[in-house]
Amino acid sequence: MEYIFSLEFIYLIASMTYILGLKMLGKPESARKGNLIAAAGMSIAILGTIFLYQGEVPTFIYVLIGTAILIGTIIGWMIAKKVAMTKMPELVSLFNGMGGASAALIGLIEFEHYTGKTLSIATIVAGIIIGSISFSGSMIAWAKLNGTLKKPLRLPKYNLLNNLVIISLIIFAAFIAWSGSDSQLLLYVLFFVALAYGILFVLPIGGADMPVVISLLNSFTGLAAALGGFLYGNMVMLTGGILVGSAGTILTFAMCDAMNRSLVNVIFGSFGSSDEQMGDMDSQTITGSIKKTTVSDVAILMNYSQRIIIVPGYGLAVAQAQHAIHELEQLLASKDIEVKYAIHPVAGRMPGHMNVLLAETNVDYDKLVEMEDVNPEFKNTDVVFVVGANDVVNPAAHTNPSSPIFGMPILEVENAKNIIINKRSMNPGYAGIENELFYNQKTSMLFGDAKSVIQSLISELKGM
Amino acid sequence: MTELIEFISNNIQMIYIVILMIFVGVEVIGHVPAVLHTPLMSGANAIHGVVIIGAILVLLGVNPENYLGQALGFVAVLLGTLNVVGGFVVTDRMLEMFKKKK
Repeated sequence: MEYIFSLEFIYLIASMTYILGLKMLGKPESARKGNLIAAAGMSIAILGTIFLYQGEVPTFIYVLIGTAILIGTIIGWMIAKKVAMTKMPELVSLFNGMGGASAALIGLIEFEHYTGKTLSIATIVAGIIIGSISFSGSMIAWAKLNGTLKKPLRLPKYNLLNNLVIISLIIFAAFIAWSGSDSQLLLYVLFFVALAYGILFVLPIGGADMPVVISLLNSFTGLAAALGGFLYGNMVMLTGGILVGSAGTILTFAMCDAMNRSLVNVIFGSFGSSDEQMGDMDSQTITGSIKKTTVSDVAILMNYSQRIIIVPGYGLAVAQAQHAIHELEQLLASKDIEVKYAIHPVAGRMPGHMNVLLAETNVDYDKLVEMEDVNPEFKNTDVVFVVGANDVVNPAAHTNPSSPIFGMPILEVENAKNIIINKRSMNPGYAGIENELFYNQKTSMLFGDAKSVIQSLISELKGM
Repeated sequence: MTELIEFISNNIQMIYIVILMIFVGVEVIGHVPAVLHTPLMSGANAIHGVVIIGAILVLLGVNPENYLGQALGFVAVLLGTLNVVGGFVVTDRMLEMFKKKK
Protein backbone atom coordinates (compact mmCIF):
# COMPACT_ATOMS: atom_id res chain seq x y z
CA MET A 1 0.00 0.00 0.00
CA GLU A 2 2.78 2.30 0.96
CA TYR A 3 4.54 1.60 -2.32
CA ILE A 4 1.49 2.26 -4.42
CA PHE A 5 0.97 5.49 -2.62
CA SER A 6 4.49 6.68 -3.28
CA LEU A 7 4.42 5.80 -6.99
CA GLU A 8 1.13 7.65 -7.36
CA PHE A 9 2.77 10.55 -5.60
CA ILE A 10 5.74 10.52 -7.98
CA TYR A 11 3.32 10.53 -10.91
CA LEU A 12 1.54 13.51 -9.43
CA ILE A 13 4.80 15.43 -9.11
CA ALA A 14 5.79 14.43 -12.66
CA SER A 15 2.44 15.60 -14.07
CA MET A 16 2.93 18.92 -12.36
CA THR A 17 6.42 19.31 -13.82
CA TYR A 18 4.99 18.82 -17.32
CA ILE A 19 2.45 21.58 -16.88
CA LEU A 20 4.93 23.87 -15.17
CA GLY A 21 7.66 23.05 -17.70
CA LEU A 22 5.42 23.72 -20.68
CA LYS A 23 4.27 26.97 -19.11
CA MET A 24 7.85 28.09 -18.50
CA LEU A 25 8.80 27.13 -22.06
CA GLY A 26 6.49 29.92 -23.15
CA LYS A 27 8.74 32.67 -21.80
CA PRO A 28 12.26 33.34 -23.08
CA GLU A 29 13.71 33.92 -19.60
CA SER A 30 12.40 30.74 -18.04
CA ALA A 31 12.26 28.46 -21.09
CA ARG A 32 15.44 26.53 -20.48
CA LYS A 33 14.66 25.91 -16.85
CA GLY A 34 11.16 24.79 -17.82
CA ASN A 35 12.57 22.17 -20.15
CA LEU A 36 14.90 20.87 -17.43
CA ILE A 37 12.07 20.70 -14.91
CA ALA A 38 9.95 18.63 -17.28
CA ALA A 39 12.97 16.41 -17.96
CA ALA A 40 13.51 15.90 -14.23
CA GLY A 41 9.84 15.00 -13.82
CA MET A 42 10.14 12.49 -16.65
CA SER A 43 13.22 10.92 -15.06
CA ILE A 44 11.61 10.35 -11.66
CA ALA A 45 8.49 8.97 -13.34
CA ILE A 46 10.58 6.45 -15.29
CA LEU A 47 12.73 5.46 -12.30
CA GLY A 48 9.68 5.20 -10.07
CA THR A 49 7.89 2.96 -12.58
CA ILE A 50 10.83 0.57 -12.69
CA PHE A 51 11.82 0.44 -9.03
CA LEU A 52 8.44 0.73 -7.35
CA TYR A 53 6.77 -1.89 -9.52
CA GLN A 54 4.89 -4.48 -7.53
CA GLY A 55 5.04 -8.04 -8.66
CA GLU A 56 7.48 -10.77 -9.45
CA VAL A 57 9.72 -9.76 -12.30
CA PRO A 58 12.53 -12.02 -13.53
CA THR A 59 15.94 -10.35 -13.43
CA PHE A 60 16.49 -10.63 -17.18
CA ILE A 61 13.48 -8.38 -17.76
CA TYR A 62 15.21 -5.69 -15.73
CA VAL A 63 18.35 -6.25 -17.80
CA LEU A 64 16.25 -5.90 -20.94
CA ILE A 65 14.74 -2.61 -19.76
CA GLY A 66 18.09 -1.27 -18.60
CA THR A 67 19.77 -2.14 -21.89
CA ALA A 68 17.00 -0.54 -23.95
CA ILE A 69 17.14 2.65 -21.90
CA LEU A 70 20.93 2.75 -22.03
CA ILE A 71 21.09 2.30 -25.82
CA GLY A 72 18.24 4.78 -26.36
CA THR A 73 19.90 7.36 -24.13
CA ILE A 74 23.27 7.12 -25.85
CA ILE A 75 21.86 7.25 -29.38
CA GLY A 76 19.28 9.93 -28.58
CA TRP A 77 21.85 12.06 -26.81
CA MET A 78 24.35 11.80 -29.63
CA ILE A 79 21.90 12.59 -32.41
CA ALA A 80 20.50 15.53 -30.48
CA LYS A 81 23.95 16.95 -29.71
CA LYS A 82 25.36 16.52 -33.18
CA VAL A 83 22.57 17.75 -35.43
CA ALA A 84 22.93 21.13 -37.13
CA MET A 85 20.38 23.71 -36.11
CA THR A 86 19.05 23.99 -39.65
CA LYS A 87 18.05 20.33 -39.35
CA MET A 88 15.90 20.90 -36.28
CA PRO A 89 12.47 20.35 -37.80
CA GLU A 90 13.25 16.95 -39.24
CA LEU A 91 14.79 15.84 -35.96
CA VAL A 92 11.67 16.74 -34.04
CA SER A 93 9.76 14.74 -36.63
CA LEU A 94 12.09 11.76 -36.18
CA PHE A 95 11.75 11.71 -32.38
CA ASN A 96 8.03 12.18 -32.70
CA GLY A 97 7.85 9.09 -34.89
CA MET A 98 9.75 7.08 -32.28
CA GLY A 99 7.15 7.94 -29.65
CA GLY A 100 4.33 6.99 -32.01
CA ALA A 101 5.95 3.65 -32.80
CA SER A 102 6.42 2.96 -29.10
CA ALA A 103 2.71 3.59 -28.47
CA ALA A 104 1.70 1.31 -31.32
CA LEU A 105 3.97 -1.52 -30.10
CA ILE A 106 2.48 -1.32 -26.61
CA GLY A 107 -0.95 -1.88 -28.14
CA LEU A 108 0.27 -4.86 -30.17
CA ILE A 109 1.61 -6.60 -27.06
CA GLU A 110 -1.26 -5.76 -24.72
CA PHE A 111 -4.02 -6.83 -27.11
CA GLU A 112 -4.10 -10.48 -26.00
CA HIS A 113 -4.46 -9.57 -22.31
CA TYR A 114 -7.71 -7.73 -22.81
CA THR A 115 -9.67 -10.08 -25.10
CA GLY A 116 -13.39 -9.70 -24.55
CA LYS A 117 -13.20 -6.34 -22.81
CA THR A 118 -14.69 -4.27 -25.60
CA LEU A 119 -13.75 -0.80 -24.45
CA SER A 120 -10.21 -1.71 -23.44
CA ILE A 121 -9.72 -3.29 -26.85
CA ALA A 122 -11.17 -0.18 -28.45
CA THR A 123 -8.59 1.89 -26.54
CA ILE A 124 -5.82 -0.45 -27.68
CA VAL A 125 -6.75 -0.45 -31.36
CA ALA A 126 -7.18 3.33 -31.30
CA GLY A 127 -3.70 3.60 -29.81
CA ILE A 128 -2.28 1.30 -32.49
CA ILE A 129 -3.90 3.26 -35.30
CA ILE A 130 -2.89 6.71 -34.03
CA GLY A 131 0.60 5.62 -33.01
CA SER A 132 1.27 3.92 -36.35
CA ILE A 133 0.00 6.87 -38.39
CA SER A 134 2.16 9.16 -36.30
CA PHE A 135 5.18 6.91 -36.85
CA SER A 136 4.98 6.36 -40.60
CA GLY A 137 3.75 9.91 -41.21
CA SER A 138 6.64 11.36 -39.23
CA MET A 139 9.12 9.26 -41.16
CA ILE A 140 7.76 10.59 -44.46
CA ALA A 141 7.86 14.15 -43.09
CA TRP A 142 11.43 13.54 -42.00
CA ALA A 143 12.41 12.25 -45.44
CA LYS A 144 10.72 15.19 -47.10
CA LEU A 145 12.47 17.74 -44.94
CA ASN A 146 15.94 16.32 -45.33
CA GLY A 147 15.49 16.13 -49.05
CA THR A 148 15.36 12.37 -49.52
CA LEU A 149 11.83 12.74 -50.81
CA LYS A 150 11.71 15.84 -52.91
CA LYS A 151 8.51 15.83 -54.89
CA PRO A 152 5.09 15.39 -53.43
CA LEU A 153 3.84 12.06 -54.65
CA ARG A 154 0.24 11.89 -55.67
CA LEU A 155 -1.63 8.76 -56.47
CA PRO A 156 -4.62 9.32 -58.73
CA LYS A 157 -7.62 10.50 -56.70
CA TYR A 158 -5.50 10.46 -53.58
CA ASN A 159 -8.02 12.33 -51.45
CA LEU A 160 -10.75 9.81 -52.19
CA LEU A 161 -8.32 6.94 -51.73
CA ASN A 162 -7.05 8.26 -48.40
CA ASN A 163 -10.54 8.83 -47.09
CA LEU A 164 -11.58 5.32 -48.09
CA VAL A 165 -8.53 3.87 -46.34
CA ILE A 166 -9.11 5.75 -43.09
CA ILE A 167 -12.83 4.97 -43.04
CA SER A 168 -12.24 1.27 -43.63
CA LEU A 169 -9.53 1.38 -41.00
CA ILE A 170 -11.98 2.73 -38.43
CA ILE A 171 -14.68 0.24 -39.39
CA PHE A 172 -12.14 -2.57 -39.23
CA ALA A 173 -10.94 -1.41 -35.80
CA ALA A 174 -14.52 -1.20 -34.53
CA PHE A 175 -15.12 -4.72 -35.82
CA ILE A 176 -12.07 -6.03 -33.93
CA ALA A 177 -13.19 -4.34 -30.71
CA TRP A 178 -16.86 -5.30 -30.83
CA SER A 179 -16.56 -8.82 -32.24
CA GLY A 180 -14.43 -9.80 -29.26
CA SER A 181 -12.01 -11.38 -31.69
CA ASP A 182 -8.66 -12.47 -30.32
CA SER A 183 -7.05 -12.86 -33.73
CA GLN A 184 -3.47 -11.60 -33.77
CA LEU A 185 -3.59 -11.77 -37.57
CA LEU A 186 -6.39 -9.19 -37.75
CA LEU A 187 -4.49 -7.00 -35.33
CA TYR A 188 -1.33 -7.03 -37.42
CA VAL A 189 -3.33 -6.33 -40.58
CA LEU A 190 -4.75 -3.31 -38.77
CA PHE A 191 -1.26 -2.24 -37.75
CA PHE A 192 0.13 -2.42 -41.28
CA VAL A 193 -2.86 -0.70 -42.88
CA ALA A 194 -2.49 2.12 -40.33
CA LEU A 195 1.20 2.41 -41.21
CA ALA A 196 0.27 2.58 -44.89
CA TYR A 197 -2.29 5.26 -44.15
CA GLY A 198 0.32 7.41 -42.40
CA ILE A 199 2.41 7.26 -45.57
CA LEU A 200 -0.53 8.00 -47.87
CA PHE A 201 -1.58 10.84 -45.59
CA VAL A 202 1.71 12.75 -45.66
CA LEU A 203 3.00 11.90 -49.16
CA PRO A 204 0.79 14.31 -51.12
CA ILE A 205 1.45 17.23 -48.77
CA GLY A 206 4.06 19.71 -49.97
CA GLY A 207 7.31 20.39 -48.15
CA ALA A 208 6.20 23.90 -47.18
CA ASP A 209 3.42 22.45 -45.07
CA MET A 210 5.58 19.91 -43.23
CA PRO A 211 5.81 21.98 -40.01
CA VAL A 212 2.04 21.92 -39.74
CA VAL A 213 2.03 18.18 -40.39
CA ILE A 214 4.73 17.54 -37.79
CA SER A 215 2.86 19.60 -35.23
CA LEU A 216 -0.31 17.65 -36.00
CA LEU A 217 1.46 14.30 -35.73
CA ASN A 218 3.03 15.55 -32.51
CA SER A 219 -0.40 15.94 -30.99
CA PHE A 220 -1.36 12.51 -32.41
CA THR A 221 1.47 10.90 -30.49
CA GLY A 222 0.33 12.75 -27.38
CA LEU A 223 -3.11 11.27 -27.88
CA ALA A 224 -1.66 7.78 -28.38
CA ALA A 225 0.29 8.11 -25.13
CA ALA A 226 -2.87 9.26 -23.36
CA LEU A 227 -4.79 6.22 -24.66
CA GLY A 228 -2.09 4.06 -23.09
CA GLY A 229 -2.63 5.96 -19.86
CA PHE A 230 -6.35 5.30 -20.06
CA LEU A 231 -5.75 1.60 -20.60
CA TYR A 232 -3.49 1.23 -17.57
CA GLY A 233 -5.20 3.84 -15.44
CA ASN A 234 -1.76 5.45 -15.42
CA MET A 235 -2.15 9.08 -14.50
CA VAL A 236 1.22 10.37 -15.65
CA MET A 237 0.75 8.99 -19.16
CA LEU A 238 -2.76 10.36 -19.24
CA THR A 239 -1.85 13.88 -18.13
CA GLY A 240 1.34 14.11 -20.22
CA GLY A 241 -0.35 12.71 -23.31
CA ILE A 242 -3.47 14.85 -23.16
CA LEU A 243 -1.41 17.94 -22.37
CA VAL A 244 0.69 17.46 -25.49
CA GLY A 245 -2.33 16.44 -27.54
CA SER A 246 -4.18 19.63 -26.72
CA ALA A 247 -1.16 21.96 -26.75
CA GLY A 248 -0.02 20.43 -30.05
CA THR A 249 -3.43 20.98 -31.61
CA ILE A 250 -3.40 24.65 -30.60
CA LEU A 251 0.11 25.03 -31.97
CA THR A 252 -0.99 23.45 -35.25
CA PHE A 253 -3.78 25.97 -35.61
CA ALA A 254 -1.42 28.82 -34.68
CA MET A 255 0.90 27.74 -37.49
CA CYS A 256 -1.94 27.50 -40.00
CA ASP A 257 -3.06 30.95 -38.90
CA ALA A 258 0.36 32.44 -39.49
CA MET A 259 0.26 31.12 -43.04
CA ASN A 260 -3.36 32.04 -43.56
CA ARG A 261 -4.28 28.46 -44.39
CA SER A 262 -6.90 26.23 -42.93
CA LEU A 263 -5.89 22.82 -41.67
CA VAL A 264 -8.30 21.25 -44.15
CA ASN A 265 -6.55 23.13 -46.91
CA VAL A 266 -3.16 21.83 -45.78
CA ILE A 267 -4.31 18.23 -45.69
CA PHE A 268 -6.60 18.08 -48.70
CA GLY A 269 -5.48 21.15 -50.60
CA SER A 270 -2.79 21.34 -53.15
CA PHE A 271 -0.90 24.60 -52.99
CA GLY A 272 2.49 24.52 -51.40
CA SER A 273 3.59 21.95 -53.86
CA SER A 274 1.39 21.85 -56.90
CA ASP A 275 2.32 22.65 -60.44
CA GLU A 276 -1.28 22.78 -61.60
CA GLN A 277 -1.46 26.20 -60.07
CA MET A 278 1.25 27.50 -62.34
CA GLY A 279 -1.10 27.28 -65.29
CA ASP A 280 -3.41 30.08 -64.30
CA MET A 281 -0.53 31.97 -62.77
CA ASP A 282 0.77 32.58 -66.28
CA SER A 283 -2.20 34.68 -67.23
CA GLN A 284 -1.24 37.20 -64.60
CA THR A 285 2.51 37.16 -64.97
CA ILE A 286 3.82 40.44 -63.77
CA THR A 287 5.29 42.62 -66.44
CA GLY A 288 8.15 44.97 -65.90
CA SER A 289 11.85 44.62 -65.67
CA ILE A 290 14.07 43.78 -62.81
CA LYS A 291 17.02 45.86 -61.80
CA LYS A 292 20.27 44.10 -60.97
CA THR A 293 22.80 45.56 -58.64
CA THR A 294 26.34 44.76 -57.54
CA VAL A 295 27.95 44.12 -54.21
CA SER A 296 29.88 47.39 -54.23
CA ASP A 297 26.76 49.45 -54.99
CA VAL A 298 24.95 47.80 -52.11
CA ALA A 299 27.95 48.37 -49.84
CA ILE A 300 27.95 52.08 -50.65
CA LEU A 301 24.21 52.31 -50.15
CA MET A 302 24.45 50.60 -46.78
CA ASN A 303 27.42 52.66 -45.71
CA TYR A 304 25.42 55.87 -46.09
CA SER A 305 22.24 54.58 -44.49
CA GLN A 306 20.95 55.24 -41.03
CA ARG A 307 18.45 52.45 -40.61
CA ILE A 308 18.73 49.01 -42.11
CA ILE A 309 16.36 46.11 -41.62
CA ILE A 310 17.44 42.60 -42.53
CA VAL A 311 14.74 40.14 -43.57
CA PRO A 312 16.17 36.64 -43.24
CA GLY A 313 14.48 33.67 -44.87
CA TYR A 314 15.16 29.99 -45.10
CA GLY A 315 17.47 30.65 -48.03
CA LEU A 316 19.81 32.24 -45.52
CA ALA A 317 19.86 29.10 -43.44
CA VAL A 318 20.31 26.84 -46.46
CA ALA A 319 23.35 28.87 -47.49
CA GLN A 320 24.63 28.60 -43.88
CA ALA A 321 24.92 32.36 -43.95
CA GLN A 322 23.62 33.07 -40.45
CA HIS A 323 27.12 33.72 -39.10
CA ALA A 324 27.99 35.97 -42.03
CA ILE A 325 24.83 38.03 -41.60
CA HIS A 326 25.59 38.50 -37.92
CA GLU A 327 29.07 39.72 -38.81
CA LEU A 328 27.57 42.15 -41.33
CA GLU A 329 25.11 43.38 -38.73
CA GLN A 330 27.89 44.03 -36.20
CA LEU A 331 30.04 45.75 -38.79
CA LEU A 332 27.17 48.06 -39.73
CA ALA A 333 26.39 48.71 -36.08
CA SER A 334 30.02 49.74 -35.53
CA LYS A 335 29.42 52.40 -38.19
CA ASP A 336 26.54 53.74 -36.08
CA ILE A 337 23.93 52.32 -38.38
CA GLU A 338 20.83 50.97 -36.71
CA VAL A 339 20.31 47.35 -37.77
CA LYS A 340 17.39 45.09 -36.94
CA TYR A 341 16.08 41.78 -38.11
CA ALA A 342 12.47 41.49 -39.19
CA ILE A 343 11.20 38.04 -38.32
CA HIS A 344 8.11 36.73 -40.04
CA PRO A 345 6.27 34.16 -37.92
CA VAL A 346 6.74 31.44 -40.52
CA ALA A 347 10.24 32.35 -41.64
CA GLY A 348 12.33 29.23 -41.81
CA ARG A 349 10.72 25.83 -41.70
CA MET A 350 8.84 26.21 -38.45
CA PRO A 351 7.44 29.14 -36.52
CA GLY A 352 10.33 30.50 -34.52
CA HIS A 353 12.87 28.49 -36.48
CA MET A 354 14.60 31.64 -37.75
CA ASN A 355 14.98 32.90 -34.19
CA VAL A 356 16.67 29.67 -33.19
CA LEU A 357 19.01 29.87 -36.16
CA LEU A 358 19.98 33.47 -35.45
CA ALA A 359 20.28 32.86 -31.72
CA GLU A 360 22.82 30.18 -32.61
CA THR A 361 25.10 32.93 -33.89
CA ASN A 362 24.62 35.07 -30.75
CA VAL A 363 22.46 37.70 -32.40
CA ASP A 364 21.01 39.93 -29.71
CA TYR A 365 17.55 38.83 -28.77
CA ASP A 366 16.27 42.44 -28.83
CA LYS A 367 17.38 42.87 -32.43
CA LEU A 368 14.92 40.26 -33.60
CA VAL A 369 11.72 42.17 -34.17
CA GLU A 370 8.44 40.43 -34.81
CA MET A 371 6.22 41.27 -37.73
CA GLU A 372 3.59 43.44 -36.03
CA ASP A 373 6.27 45.57 -34.37
CA VAL A 374 8.50 45.98 -37.39
CA ASN A 375 5.92 46.74 -40.06
CA PRO A 376 5.33 50.39 -39.04
CA GLU A 377 9.10 50.92 -39.06
CA PHE A 378 9.70 50.16 -42.72
CA LYS A 379 8.71 53.62 -43.92
CA ASN A 380 11.56 55.11 -41.88
CA THR A 381 14.03 52.57 -43.12
CA ASP A 382 16.72 53.38 -45.66
CA VAL A 383 17.56 49.88 -46.78
CA VAL A 384 15.74 46.60 -46.43
CA PHE A 385 18.02 43.68 -47.11
CA VAL A 386 15.99 40.57 -47.95
CA VAL A 387 18.10 37.41 -47.78
CA GLY A 388 16.60 34.19 -49.05
CA ALA A 389 13.03 35.18 -48.23
CA ASN A 390 10.28 35.45 -50.81
CA ASP A 391 6.68 34.63 -49.99
CA VAL A 392 6.78 36.44 -46.63
CA VAL A 393 7.50 39.73 -48.42
CA ASN A 394 5.20 39.21 -51.41
CA PRO A 395 2.77 42.17 -51.71
CA ALA A 396 0.37 39.92 -53.62
CA ALA A 397 -0.80 38.79 -50.19
CA HIS A 398 -2.34 42.25 -49.85
CA THR A 399 -3.20 43.18 -53.39
CA ASN A 400 -4.09 40.11 -55.42
CA PRO A 401 -7.22 38.28 -54.23
CA SER A 402 -6.59 35.43 -56.64
CA SER A 403 -3.17 34.71 -55.18
CA PRO A 404 -2.97 31.57 -53.05
CA ILE A 405 -1.26 33.55 -50.31
CA PHE A 406 -3.84 36.35 -50.36
CA GLY A 407 -4.60 37.40 -46.82
CA MET A 408 -1.39 36.06 -45.32
CA PRO A 409 0.20 38.71 -43.12
CA ILE A 410 3.48 39.81 -44.67
CA LEU A 411 6.43 42.04 -43.91
CA GLU A 412 5.62 45.31 -45.65
CA VAL A 413 9.11 45.91 -47.00
CA GLU A 414 7.77 47.82 -50.02
CA ASN A 415 7.39 50.84 -47.73
CA ALA A 416 11.14 51.18 -47.27
CA LYS A 417 13.23 53.59 -49.31
CA ASN A 418 15.45 50.95 -50.89
CA ILE A 419 14.91 47.26 -51.19
CA ILE A 420 17.82 44.92 -51.83
CA ILE A 421 16.86 41.33 -52.51
CA ASN A 422 19.45 38.61 -52.42
CA LYS A 423 18.39 35.42 -54.17
CA ARG A 424 20.23 32.73 -56.00
CA SER A 425 18.04 33.08 -59.08
CA MET A 426 14.64 34.29 -60.19
CA ASN A 427 12.98 31.03 -59.16
CA PRO A 428 9.74 31.63 -57.32
CA GLY A 429 9.62 30.77 -53.61
CA TYR A 430 8.25 27.74 -51.87
CA ALA A 431 4.68 28.59 -52.75
CA GLY A 432 5.65 28.87 -56.42
CA ILE A 433 4.21 32.35 -56.81
CA GLU A 434 5.62 35.27 -58.76
CA ASN A 435 6.65 38.19 -56.60
CA GLU A 436 5.90 41.66 -57.94
CA LEU A 437 8.20 43.11 -55.32
CA PHE A 438 11.11 42.12 -57.57
CA TYR A 439 9.75 44.48 -60.24
CA ASN A 440 9.25 47.36 -57.84
CA GLN A 441 11.00 50.63 -58.75
CA LYS A 442 12.77 50.67 -55.41
CA THR A 443 13.98 47.10 -55.66
CA SER A 444 17.42 46.00 -56.73
CA MET A 445 18.24 42.34 -57.13
CA LEU A 446 21.56 41.09 -55.82
CA PHE A 447 21.94 37.60 -57.26
CA GLY A 448 24.27 35.04 -55.78
CA ASP A 449 24.77 32.61 -52.95
CA ALA A 450 23.78 34.34 -49.70
CA LYS A 451 26.95 33.44 -47.85
CA SER A 452 29.45 34.58 -50.47
CA VAL A 453 27.44 37.72 -51.27
CA ILE A 454 27.34 38.73 -47.61
CA GLN A 455 31.02 37.98 -47.18
CA SER A 456 31.98 40.20 -50.12
CA LEU A 457 29.67 42.88 -48.72
CA ILE A 458 31.56 42.69 -45.46
CA SER A 459 34.96 43.07 -47.10
CA GLU A 460 33.71 45.97 -49.26
CA LEU A 461 32.30 47.71 -46.20
CA LYS A 462 35.47 47.17 -44.23
CA GLY A 463 37.40 49.04 -46.90
CA MET A 464 35.18 52.12 -46.58
CA MET B 1 -25.09 1.36 -24.10
CA THR B 2 -25.14 0.12 -20.51
CA GLU B 3 -21.54 -0.89 -21.04
CA LEU B 4 -20.68 2.64 -22.07
CA ILE B 5 -22.39 4.18 -19.05
CA GLU B 6 -20.67 1.71 -16.80
CA PHE B 7 -17.37 2.59 -18.44
CA ILE B 8 -17.93 6.27 -17.84
CA SER B 9 -18.89 5.83 -14.22
CA ASN B 10 -15.93 3.52 -13.61
CA ASN B 11 -13.51 5.99 -15.12
CA ILE B 12 -15.09 9.24 -14.12
CA GLN B 13 -11.90 10.52 -12.49
CA MET B 14 -9.86 9.95 -15.62
CA ILE B 15 -12.52 11.63 -17.72
CA TYR B 16 -12.32 14.66 -15.46
CA ILE B 17 -8.54 14.73 -15.87
CA VAL B 18 -8.81 14.45 -19.66
CA ILE B 19 -11.21 17.38 -19.87
CA LEU B 20 -9.25 19.57 -17.49
CA MET B 21 -5.91 18.78 -19.13
CA ILE B 22 -7.30 19.75 -22.52
CA PHE B 23 -7.99 23.21 -21.12
CA VAL B 24 -4.62 23.40 -19.39
CA GLY B 25 -2.87 22.56 -22.68
CA VAL B 26 -4.79 25.25 -24.56
CA GLU B 27 -4.16 27.79 -21.81
CA VAL B 28 -0.45 27.05 -21.52
CA ILE B 29 0.18 27.46 -25.25
CA GLY B 30 -2.23 30.33 -25.78
CA HIS B 31 0.02 33.33 -25.27
CA VAL B 32 3.40 32.13 -26.38
CA PRO B 33 5.40 34.41 -28.70
CA ALA B 34 6.12 32.91 -32.12
CA VAL B 35 9.83 33.07 -31.25
CA LEU B 36 9.40 30.14 -28.93
CA HIS B 37 7.13 27.98 -31.06
CA THR B 38 9.90 25.69 -32.25
CA PRO B 39 11.38 25.02 -28.79
CA LEU B 40 7.87 24.63 -27.44
CA MET B 41 6.95 22.05 -30.05
CA SER B 42 10.21 20.26 -29.36
CA GLY B 43 9.56 20.32 -25.61
CA ALA B 44 6.02 19.04 -26.05
CA ASN B 45 7.48 16.36 -28.30
CA ALA B 46 9.76 15.24 -25.47
CA ILE B 47 6.89 15.18 -22.98
CA HIS B 48 4.81 12.75 -25.02
CA GLY B 49 7.77 10.45 -24.64
CA VAL B 50 5.96 9.61 -21.39
CA VAL B 51 4.67 6.72 -23.49
CA ILE B 52 7.88 5.02 -22.36
CA ILE B 53 6.21 4.42 -18.99
CA GLY B 54 3.66 2.25 -20.81
CA ALA B 55 6.44 0.43 -22.62
CA ILE B 56 8.22 -0.28 -19.32
CA LEU B 57 4.98 -1.51 -17.75
CA VAL B 58 4.48 -3.86 -20.70
CA LEU B 59 7.92 -5.37 -20.26
CA LEU B 60 7.52 -5.64 -16.48
CA GLY B 61 4.28 -7.52 -16.89
CA VAL B 62 5.12 -9.62 -19.93
CA ASN B 63 4.99 -13.38 -19.69
CA PRO B 64 8.59 -14.76 -19.48
CA GLU B 65 7.62 -17.24 -22.22
CA ASN B 66 6.36 -14.58 -24.57
CA TYR B 67 9.47 -13.88 -26.61
CA LEU B 68 7.73 -11.83 -29.29
CA GLY B 69 6.23 -9.66 -26.56
CA GLN B 70 9.65 -9.19 -24.99
CA ALA B 71 11.26 -8.26 -28.29
CA LEU B 72 8.54 -5.77 -29.16
CA GLY B 73 8.60 -4.39 -25.61
CA PHE B 74 12.36 -3.96 -25.81
CA VAL B 75 11.99 -2.00 -29.05
CA ALA B 76 9.17 0.05 -27.53
CA VAL B 77 11.30 1.04 -24.51
CA LEU B 78 14.23 1.84 -26.80
CA LEU B 79 12.14 4.04 -29.09
CA GLY B 80 10.47 5.70 -26.12
CA THR B 81 13.89 6.51 -24.62
CA LEU B 82 14.99 8.02 -27.93
CA ASN B 83 11.89 10.21 -27.88
CA VAL B 84 12.46 11.34 -24.29
CA VAL B 85 16.24 11.83 -24.25
CA GLY B 86 16.56 13.18 -27.78
CA GLY B 87 13.59 15.47 -27.28
CA PHE B 88 14.77 17.05 -24.04
CA VAL B 89 18.42 17.35 -25.09
CA VAL B 90 17.60 18.99 -28.41
CA THR B 91 15.17 21.41 -26.75
CA ASP B 92 17.87 22.33 -24.27
CA ARG B 93 20.31 22.93 -27.10
CA MET B 94 17.88 25.30 -28.77
CA LEU B 95 17.19 27.20 -25.59
CA GLU B 96 20.82 27.41 -24.57
CA MET B 97 21.25 29.81 -27.49
CA PHE B 98 18.53 32.11 -26.30
CA LYS B 99 20.32 32.58 -23.01
CA LYS B 100 23.41 34.14 -24.48
CA LYS B 101 21.87 37.57 -24.89
CA LYS B 102 23.65 40.37 -23.10
